[in-house]
Amino acid sequence: MTFSTPAGPVQALANASLTIAPREFVSLLGPSGCGKSTLLRLVADILVPTEGRIEVGGEPPGVARRRRAFGFVFQDSTLLPWRNALQNVLLPLEIGGDARRGRPDALALLELVGLRGFEEAYPWQLSGGMRQRVAIARALITRPQVLLMDEPFGALDEITREHMNQELLRIWEATGTTILFVTHSSPEAVFLSDRVLVLGARPGRVKLELPIELPRPRDPAVKETVEFARHTAALRRVLAGEARPE
Amino acid sequence: MALARAEAGPTPSRLFVRRYLLPAAGILALLLAWEIYIHVFRVPHYLVPAPSVIGWTLIEEWPTIRRNVGRTLVEAVGGFLLGNGFAVVLAIVFVHSPTVQRFLYPVAVAIRTVPIIAIAPILVLLLGNGYAPKVVIAALISFFPTLVNMVRGLEAVEPSALELMRVLSANRRQIFFKLRLPSSLPFLFSALKIATASCVIGAIVAEWVGADTGLGYLIIVATFEFRTGLLYATTAVGSFLALSFFLAVVLLEKAIVRWKPETPPT
Repeated sequence: MTFSTPAGPVQALANASLTIAPREFVSLLGPSGCGKSTLLRLVADILVPTEGRIEVGGEPPGVARRRRAFGFVFQDSTLLPWRNALQNVLLPLEIGGDARRGRPDALALLELVGLRGFEEAYPWQLSGGMRQRVAIARALITRPQVLLMDEPFGALDEITREHMNQELLRIWEATGTTILFVTHSSPEAVFLSDRVLVLGARPGRVKLELPIELPRPRDPAVKETVEFARHTAALRRVLAGEARPE
Repeated sequence: MALARAEAGPTPSRLFVRRYLLPAAGILALLLAWEIYIHVFRVPHYLVPAPSVIGWTLIEEWPTIRRNVGRTLVEAVGGFLLGNGFAVVLAIVFVHSPTVQRFLYPVAVAIRTVPIIAIAPILVLLLGNGYAPKVVIAALISFFPTLVNMVRGLEAVEPSALELMRVLSANRRQIFFKLRLPSSLPFLFSALKIATASCVIGAIVAEWVGADTGLGYLIIVATFEFRTGLLYATTAVGSFLALSFFLAVVLLEKAIVRWKPETPPT
């Protein structure tokens, strides 16, 4: 898959072929610069490929984007600092022109992500984990077909991150949305996903596709099982082979 | 326990002392030192008047000063609105059209490089003796800093915020009003605060060149007639005018920009 930049065409992804089923949780794992964030942006129609083909529910990404099939969660929460939590969650509906009807939905989502009572709080009054919770609620307000998450917990500390992982599984099960999740942490990918794809260094190609056969619902105890260790070890071996000599 | 006390911060009364009393005491100390110096070294009043003399002049000459300060205020505020308004509009055009930006930016820089004091006579020649040349000079002097800051503010949007707008399929108008404009406000206000003082300077300088009222006019008259007390009193009023103007903009900023900017503009 090639896309153009001001510096000329860049081939970021080669032979990246991937089909995701509805309600599936798929993680993209790989070293920095392997094109996993690029792939996410191609799906969301933030970037447009010059070659290759992506379909979301049988439509090109541009069409899917305009009917608001995507929720996107960035590494930094990207909340607008002049809006409180509720106003931030309502932003997608305001832009779509139906904010008034959405207020009960927004309140319900804030409750779902565990922020009841923080509706009036401004981003600077919230911790990093809470800001990401608002960002997740904002991404879900349009009832998206696919939730795209670009290292959403990468900037959080380990304890908050593990807690957010559990919370995300709870939210995913409650909403029944499809999630495409980018991370560079193998344990995070194994804990969350139905399937993990390991992307190699540029130009990214799928090095390994690993179904995660761990029972659901999962809780942190699963991380102490042999099965969990076996999965992460398999991912780690492939990633170690991909680490570029510096 | 020591930790708890450190986190509690200063008590309200100590905060009051630190925020208001100390700065006021600093200014009072300066005035007092000035007063004492004048008396001890017997400096003649026509050279440097003591603060007490300036105070008396201010009271005695108040009707004259008041008549002139109104004029300068109108010129400064008029120039402020005109110059900053134009700068904001041009910044919006620049951000939406790189072509126009490349075409007009050199012109804006050229306006900046022309010494204001040098073009004041030209403007008086062109626009006459009334309000117009003063307003235009006050506008010119505040135009460029606001233009630069506003462009910077409108462009200081996080790339991920623009990506978010793309995912939400926002149109250009929505991106402008919901993202660019609010995030530019802290930058705009830091420029407006600078502009308050420069507008008053611009108006006064323009009055030096040709006027029959205004603080600038009064300064010239007081100088030629050796009324040093009046000269100092007028200067103090001009300074007070700029300060009040500055405070008004600060209050407006506090009312509008209630969030903490992620990267506070310098």
